[in-house]
Amino acid sequence: MELLLQSCDLVTAFLLIYGLRRMSSPATASSGIVLAGIGMLVVTLASFLYAFGVSGEARPHLPVNLLLAGIALLLGTAWAWRGGERVPLTAMPQMVALYNGMGGAAAGAIAALELLAHPDVSNVRLGIAIVGGFIGSFSFSGSLIAWAKLEGKLPKPWRPRFLQIGNGLVLLTAVAAATAMPALLPNANLLALFFVSSLAFGALITLPIGGADMPVVISLCNACTGMAVGFEGFVLNHPALMIAGTVVGAAGSLLTLLMARAMNRSLGNILFSNFGETGREETQVTGQLKPISAEDAATTMCYARKVIFVPGYGLAAAHAQQKLYELAKRLQEEGAEVKFAIHPVAGRMPGHMDVLLAEAGVPYEMIVGLDEINGEFPTTDVALVVGANDIVNPAARTDKGSPIYGMPILDVDKAQQVYVIKRGQGKGYAGIENALFTADNCRMVYGDAQEVLGQMLQSIKELVSQR
Amino acid sequence: MDGETAITGFLAVYLFLLAAFTGYEVIARVPAILHTPLMSGSNFIHGIVVVGALYALLHATTVPEQAIGFLGVLFGAANAAGGYVVTVRMLRMFHSAKPTKSPRNPS
Repeated sequence: MELLLQSCDLVTAFLLIYGLRRMSSPATASSGIVLAGIGMLVVTLASFLYAFGVSGEARPHLPVNLLLAGIALLLGTAWAWRGGERVPLTAMPQMVALYNGMGGAAAGAIAALELLAHPDVSNVRLGIAIVGGFIGSFSFSGSLIAWAKLEGKLPKPWRPRFLQIGNGLVLLTAVAAATAMPALLPNANLLALFFVSSLAFGALITLPIGGADMPVVISLCNACTGMAVGFEGFVLNHPALMIAGTVVGAAGSLLTLLMARAMNRSLGNILFSNFGETGREETQVTGQLKPISAEDAATTMCYARKVIFVPGYGLAAAHAQQKLYELAKRLQEEGAEVKFAIHPVAGRMPGHMDVLLAEAGVPYEMIVGLDEINGEFPTTDVALVVGANDIVNPAARTDKGSPIYGMPILDVDKAQQVYVIKRGQGKGYAGIENALFTADNCRMVYGDAQEVLGQMLQSIKELVSQR
Repeated sequence: MDGETAITGFLAVYLFLLAAFTGYEVIARVPAILHTPLMSGSNFIHGIVVVGALYALLHATTVPEQAIGFLGVLFGAANAAGGYVVTVRMLRMFHSAKPTKSPRNPS
């Protein structure tokens, strides 16, 4: 029995890592997740074999435990499966956050169980369980806050002045509870104190972080959950858990750093400096917003030789990816060179915009990344910004007082003519004024992206038929 | 799991190191276009926590332990199932985009 279990673990560890490897290339990605899924199924079913190995103490409880396990598995799977099937692709990031939080909670639960049931193990193992429990709880509450923020349930970042001190106190409480554990366990109150303060810490750290930084937070929480799972694997002495958790922990940490780098901010800066307060010396944006009709903008584009589209989350929110691609094809027919410029953090997660454009059928070769496209803007006739704001804000290059100073941006303002499709005159997700909108070569097209793009297509059609 | 294959002490540290390097290497050469699916994919992979929760639940002896274990399995299963569905849906987008990759006139 032991041998069968171990073999299943081995196969699963292999399948998960191999699956992840395949997922890192576009051509093999789909098969990668299926392989990993098979591995997960195998190891979950196999883990019911633990029932044969339980100690005499737990044997009388086995029927109840098995029933509970079955119910929990079915309920959890059914709930998450339905949720995952239904959610629109634009809302994917918060779903990842939500499911990630669940994983953190599960790791925390394992830690709680181990500390409750086996407090007599070696101090090293106890320590690993405690650290894993802390990280898991942190990840759980942090992910839930991230989810709530992206869902729009917490519109304003919450930044009271005492927050930093409160954070410190909560963290101290958690550390104090943790250090007291080896001496005082089993003690349910101490455990509760530890987990409550860990959870509070995760929530308090995440609350003041602005929505624009949420992708990094989600990625960080993902890495944390991986680490927590890995640690609990060491506590349970379960190789598959150790390997999968640690791999995800390391991969997630790297991904988090890559993301933070794409925004040119350090992780500490994102987590501990309150976004927005640094912007007090922000130079006032002067100048007028100059509106233009969709028809006039379309006419200019129709005669352009080179057009670059810069999509942002607003495009996805308006479900206008299809329309934008139609416009791209239309302009290509008129002889224009059309490209999509994608900022690394366009959308709500790195690569989110790529997924959304792929959904609309935009071929890979039309999608160009930040580094390659930026040199092309000066030779571009028209740059069309759709629902993007912060990623094209020239203040990131010039204004040292701006909170996004130093973030690499798409140099849209260097194009001959810039059109910005925007719903209204409000600020972007990060709440910063955009100097691009008042620039001399920029015109604003107000309206819902879907409608505006529709009007543009219509105008081009009329224009061509008149010729 | 305390059998002949128990991984303890330095062996555990070695395993930790190797696994960490593996994770780093797997991500290091990924194109930015796949960052989101990959984050989702790794989110699915740490859903393996459900196995640990199952192990803990099956060894539970008291009602509080059973309750915590139940929650652990519930959350772990949600993590695994949700992560899988979301990742598959994301990657399906790339799959359907592939046929259009055929050469088009650059005019």
